[in-house]
Amino acid sequence: MDKLVSRLLLLAACSSAAILALIALFIFKEGVPIMARSGLGAFLLGRDWSPLQGQFGILPFIIGSLCITLGALLIGVPLGVACAVYLAEFSSPRWVNILKPAIELLAGIPSVVYGFLGVMWLAPLIRIRLGGPGLSILAASCVLAIMTLPTIVSISIDALQAVPKSYKQGSLALGATEWQTVWRVLFPAARAGILAGVILGMGRAIGETMAVIMISGNSTAIPHSALDSVRTLTANIAIEMGYATGEHRQALFATGVILFFFIMILNGAALRFARRKF
Amino acid sequence: MTQSNPKIEVKELTILFGATPALNGVSFDVRHQEILAVIGPANSGKSSLLLALNRMLSRIHEASVTGSILLDGRDIGNIEDVEDLRRRVGMVYAMPIALPMTIRENVLFGIRLKRTIRKNEGDTIVESTLRSSFLWDEVKDRLDTSALNLSGGQQQRLCLARTLAVGPEVILYDEPCSGLDPISTAKVEEAMKELKTAHTQILVTNNTKQAARVGDRTAFLLMGELVEIDDTDKIFTFPSDPRTEQYVTGKFG
Amino acid sequence: MRIAPRTTQAIAKGLLLTATASAVGALVFVVGFVLAGGLRHVSWSFLTEPILDMGRAGGIFPAIVGTLLMVLVSVGIAAPLGIASAIYLAEYTREGRLTQTIRFGINCLAGVPSIIFGLFGFILFVNILGLGWSVLSGGLSLAAMILPTVIRTAEEALRSVPTSYRDVAASLGATRWQVVTKSVLPYAIPGILTGVILGIGRSIEETAVVIFTAGSAVQTPTSVFDSARTMAVHFYILAREGISNENAYATAAVLICTILIINTTAYTLMHRLMRGRRAA
Repeated sequence: MDKLVSRLLLLAACSSAAILALIALFIFKEGVPIMARSGLGAFLLGRDWSPLQGQFGILPFIIGSLCITLGALLIGVPLGVACAVYLAEFSSPRWVNILKPAIELLAGIPSVVYGFLGVMWLAPLIRIRLGGPGLSILAASCVLAIMTLPTIVSISIDALQAVPKSYKQGSLALGATEWQTVWRVLFPAARAGILAGVILGMGRAIGETMAVIMISGNSTAIPHSALDSVRTLTANIAIEMGYATGEHRQALFATGVILFFFIMILNGAALRFARRKF
Repeated sequence: MTQSNPKIEVKELTILFGATPALNGVSFDVRHQEILAVIGPANSGKSSLLLALNRMLSRIHEASVTGSILLDGRDIGNIEDVEDLRRRVGMVYAMPIALPMTIRENVLFGIRLKRTIRKNEGDTIVESTLRSSFLWDEVKDRLDTSALNLSGGQQQRLCLARTLAVGPEVILYDEPCSGLDPISTAKVEEAMKELKTAHTQILVTNNTKQAARVGDRTAFLLMGELVEIDDTDKIFTFPSDPRTEQYVTGKFG
Repeated sequence: MRIAPRTTQAIAKGLLLTATASAVGALVFVVGFVLAGGLRHVSWSFLTEPILDMGRAGGIFPAIVGTLLMVLVSVGIAAPLGIASAIYLAEYTREGRLTQTIRFGINCLAGVPSIIFGLFGFILFVNILGLGWSVLSGGLSLAAMILPTVIRTAEEALRSVPTSYRDVAASLGATRWQVVTKSVLPYAIPGILTGVILGIGRSIEETAVVIFTAGSAVQTPTSVFDSARTMAVHFYILAREGISNENAYATAAVLICTILIINTTAYTLMHRLMRGRRAA
C-alpha cells in the first residue's frame, strides 16, 4: 500500500516535469525543420517577413521584443525597486501589510485589460503629445512596465526583508543615517534577490502577448524610434496563427522555438541569482 | 515471561551519519521493567542510540546502522512491520510536541492511526493514560480544549500519555525534562517510577542527578563509546572507570 | 561641496515616496478606470443573457459558463497532479539528481510564456489528439500552465509544517502515508488552497492560451467538447475589434471583480495560515 502510494506520487512528479519536455518536443518538432531549411542565420537575421513570398526573417520581431522589454525595464525597475525600498525600509509595517498584498493582487488583472487601457488612454495621449501612430514601443513599454511592477516590487520587498536585522542595526550603530544604511548595506545585501525579481519581470515582459498585440501597432518593419510601431515575437505568433498553414505555420512555431530559448536563458539566470545568497 | 532473558540486547551497535560516527560498537542489555539511565556529555551518541532502538533512524537518509538490536530475542532490523515496532517501542522527545488539536485528540492520535475506536473506549484510554502520566487532575475538565494552551510541563506529560495510549512495552525518553520546571520534572519522574510495573524504560538525560534519582542502572556514554554500565548506586559511588567518576562528580561535561 | 547626509536622506526619501506613489497610483488608476467605465453597464441581465450580434448586444452568460467550465477542467487536473507532485518532492524523497531534474523542469515550466502553452495545446490537444477547439483542449493547456504555481505553493506549505509533527506521528506507529495525511496535510491545507486559488485566477485571466485551444464560440458550451470563449477572450475580441466599448468595459469590470475576489480569498487564507503557525 505504502509502496503503491510512493510510486503514484513519483509518477505524478515526473509527469509534471515531463510536461516541459513534451512542450519543447512538440514546438521543436514543428518549428525546427523550417529553420534548418532556410538556415538559422537567414531566419534569425532576415529583415523581411512576408509569408506569402516564403520570406521568413524574424529580426524585426526580435528587435521589437528587445526594445519593448528594455523600455519596460527602464521604466519599471527604478519605479518598482524604489517602491520596494520605500515600503520595506521607510514606511510603517502597517502600510506594507496593506500595500504589498494590494500590489500583488494587481498581478492578477488580466493582461488584456492593461492592453485595453493602453489603447483607450495612453496611445492617444502619445499620438497627440509626441506624434507618431501612438501604438508604439513607448506605449507598450509603459504598459508592460506597469504589468511587471507587482513582480518586481513583491520579490524585492522579500529580498530586502530577508537581509538579517543585525546588518541594519550594526550600520545604524556606527552612526550611518537610515538612507546610508539602505544604500550601502541593505541594498548590496539584497542585490541578488532584487535582480532575480527583475529577471522574472523581464521574462513576463518578453512573454506577454495579448496586451502587446493591442498596444504595439504590430508593424513588421524594423523600428527607428521609440514612437514607431513594432511587432514582438509573441505577437507575431498570436496574430498569424489563426490562418497560417504549411511553411507559414512552421515559421510561427520556429518563432516559438526562439522565444523558448530566450525564456530558458532568462530563467536560468534568475534561478542562479535567486540561489546566490548575498 | 522469563525474566532471565534481557528485554533488549544491543550488540556491537555502530551508527554513522555520513562518515561521522555517532556510536561506536556499543553492546549492552536492558532488563525487563527496569529504568536504564543513559548519561554522557553532548554528542556522545545518546540520542542516536534511542533513535536506533525504534528504527526512527531509518527516516534519516544519511544515517547508517551496523550491529544488531534484539527485542525479546528478535532482531528489530528484520522486523517487516516497522510501524508495529514503533508502537511497541514508544518515544518521548526532548521538546514537548503537542499537536495542534484537543487534549483528547492528542492522546488518541496514535491509536486512531491503527483503528477506529468507540467513544467510551476512547474515554477509558484517555483517563487511564492521563492518570499514568500524572496529568489527569489538571486537565480532566478541559479535555476538549486545545493542547497548545497547556504549559510546557503539562504538554510533556501529555506526550507521555499519547505514547502510553498505543500500549508500548518499551518507552524511550530523550532528555524529557530538559526544558521543564522542577515540579513538572518531579511529576514526570514519578510517572516513570509507577510505569515500571509494566514497562521497560530507557532515559537519556543530561542531568546526572536525574539519572541518580530514577535510574535502576546507569550507562555512561562518551564520544560514541560505552564507558561503563552498572547499577546506578555503583556508578555514582564506586565507578570502575576514572572518566565516569570525573563526569558524575561534575569535573567535565 | 559635500551635501550633509541628512539632506541626502531627505532627498532620497522624497524620491522614493514619489516613486511609490506613482507605482501604487498607476495600479489604482488601472482598476479605477475600468471599474468606473464598466460597473454602470453591469446588470443582472448582462450576466444572464446570451451574447447577441457578436457582443454588440445581449450579455456575457456564455462567457461566464465557458470560464467556469475551463477553470473546472484546468484545476480538476492541475490540483491533484500538482499536490501529488508537491507531496512527492516534500515528503517522499530526499534531494538528489532526480528531484533536481524534476524541480528544474517545474521551475522552467513556471517561466514559459503563455503563448507557448497555447501553441503546445493547439498542436497536441486540438490537432494530434483530435479534441478540436474545445473546453477540454483549453482546460488541459491551462492545467499545464498553472501546474507550477500549484506545485510550488503546495511544496512550500508542506515544508512549513514542523518536522517534529512528522516525528511524533512516525514514533506512534504511523506509516509514511499516514504521516503525510494525519500530521502534515491538515496543517498545510490553507497554503495548498492558496496555490490552487492562484491557479484559478491565472486560468480566468489568461487569453492567449484559450484563444488557440478553445476557440471563441459565442454559444453557451453544453459539454467539454464544445468550443467556448472565456470572459477574458470575450473582452479581448470586443476591445480589439472595436465591437462595443460599452460592453468591453462592462466585461472587464466583471472580470476584475472576479479576480479581486479570488485573489483576496487566497491572501486571506495565506494570512490565516501564517497566523496559525505563529500561534503554534
